[in-house]
Amino acid sequence: MIGLTQVYALAGFVFAGFAVLSLRDPANPRRVRNALFWGLFALSFLAGDRLGDLGNGVLVLIMALAAALGLGRSGTGTSDAEARAASARAYGLRLFLPALLIPLMVLAGSLGVRHGGPALAALVDPKQATLVSLGIAALVVAVLSVRLFRQPVLSPLTEGLRLADTIGWMALLPQMLAALGAVFALAGVGGVVGETVTGVFPMDTRLAAVVVYCLGMAGFTVLMGNAFAAFPVMTAGVALPVLVGRFGGDPAAVCAIGMLSGFCGTLLTPLAANFNLAPAALLDLDDRFAVIKAQAPTALVLLAVNTVLMNVLAFPAHP
Amino acid sequence: MLVLLGVLLVVVGFAVGLNPLLVVLASALATGLAAGLSPLEVLAAFGKAFNENRYVSAAWLILPVIGVLERSGLQEAARGLIGRLRSVTFARLMLSYLLFRQATSALGLTSIAGQTQTIRPIIAPMAEAARAVETGVAEVAPAEAQRVRAFAAATDNIGLFFGEDIFLAIGSILLMVGFLEQNGITVEPLHLSVWAIPTAIAAFLVHGARILMFGRRERPRS
Repeated sequence: MIGLTQVYALAGFVFAGFAVLSLRDPANPRRVRNALFWGLFALSFLAGDRLGDLGNGVLVLIMALAAALGLGRSGTGTSDAEARAASARAYGLRLFLPALLIPLMVLAGSLGVRHGGPALAALVDPKQATLVSLGIAALVVAVLSVRLFRQPVLSPLTEGLRLADTIGWMALLPQMLAALGAVFALAGVGGVVGETVTGVFPMDTRLAAVVVYCLGMAGFTVLMGNAFAAFPVMTAGVALPVLVGRFGGDPAAVCAIGMLSGFCGTLLTPLAANFNLAPAALLDLDDRFAVIKAQAPTALVLLAVNTVLMNVLAFPAHP
Repeated sequence: MLVLLGVLLVVVGFAVGLNPLLVVLASALATGLAAGLSPLEVLAAFGKAFNENRYVSAAWLILPVIGVLERSGLQEAARGLIGRLRSVTFARLMLSYLLFRQATSALGLTSIAGQTQTIRPIIAPMAEAARAVETGVAEVAPAEAQRVRAFAAATDNIGLFFGEDIFLAIGSILLMVGFLEQNGITVEPLHLSVWAIPTAIAAFLVHGARILMFGRRERPRS
């Protein structure tokens, strides 16, 4: 059965390829450090389950220190602007076909496994259908593109490394923040924040309680980096006892709009690195927070809208 | 209260611009120590969680294929297409993409587009080209290009976040159903997802208005 193990193995081999290419890249002044970083990433994906908890801890410690010292950029792989423009003229709209094939394959894969009968469900782990489809699509379309557009056989690795080097150490941050969230949960950080919020702010009127819940969801999400961590704490602390219990709110409407208030917080926090910081690196933006700044006005207006919506929609009119 | 030290470290560390990787390590250490773990126990807990969250980084598997397509000229082709289709303005392009992202996410198709696979190779170059056409320059100035790219990335996130909760089987809906059930309240996923519709409409109107304003700015100096 194809599942996470196979996808992780594929990722491990790709990252190992990055490590070898980095090491053999004379144009990169920090090639040893880059090779160490991607080599350990590969090790984690290929053998993470056999390293033990402490082993994984040491691995991530070395990766983070190597990356924080500064990674270099590869000199190989990049084609010049002239060649790219010529290729764009030669192939024209055909270049979009592989780009469209990736989402189509992901779509077909995840729907196929879900609804395609027991044979497909036995072949692919249904819980991981999307990630498996994405891995297969990435592999198949890369091979197809090399053939179609007459690119060098190694270009998926050299060009993948070029993009990976653009992202740099940021490539590691989302996974590290996810691990930090687990440590927060272990230490009971959520409960303490929740008690502080509910203890400090008065909730004598319905409007005040709605405001505390919506702003609390957003603020707590900013601190924890994800609305899923904020939701149980704020809902158990404010929504269920006060909004539902005391003021008779509809639990479905209260929770749904509360979660969306949390999403406004996600748009504002650097701790949601995969949404907010990694794209800034990927798009070569000088300001690490440029994407957050572009999102902030929309997020703040929507937070206000959510607060009003909850106050208006979640409480059935009294007869 | 002491366990909040880790949260404080993250906030201050990110604010003053220390390397986020080191900030995360320091915060994990402080939080774990405050919770009564030994340094080695913290390292093991962090390593265990790191290993369990590998799927987060598995998303980088998409980099090689996007790299090959870029080498083949995909960004240039995207720019060229917009240069020829003069009716595609920045505002129309971004509004269409916002609607597409919200609608497909609402159907549960959150993985068919994204920052690496759509914004960087296709949408951002198209948006830059559209800005260049409407401001009458061959190529937008670097500062404006940065603003356009950041705005395109923001539009992807906003479309995703305020579309996906309309889908019944998305993680956040399942989390809410499970949490409410633990607290003795039974709700259908459908009842939660219909309450995501008003905010989804508001998100399209608010961000759509900002797209129109962004597109109407005069040609920026710089």
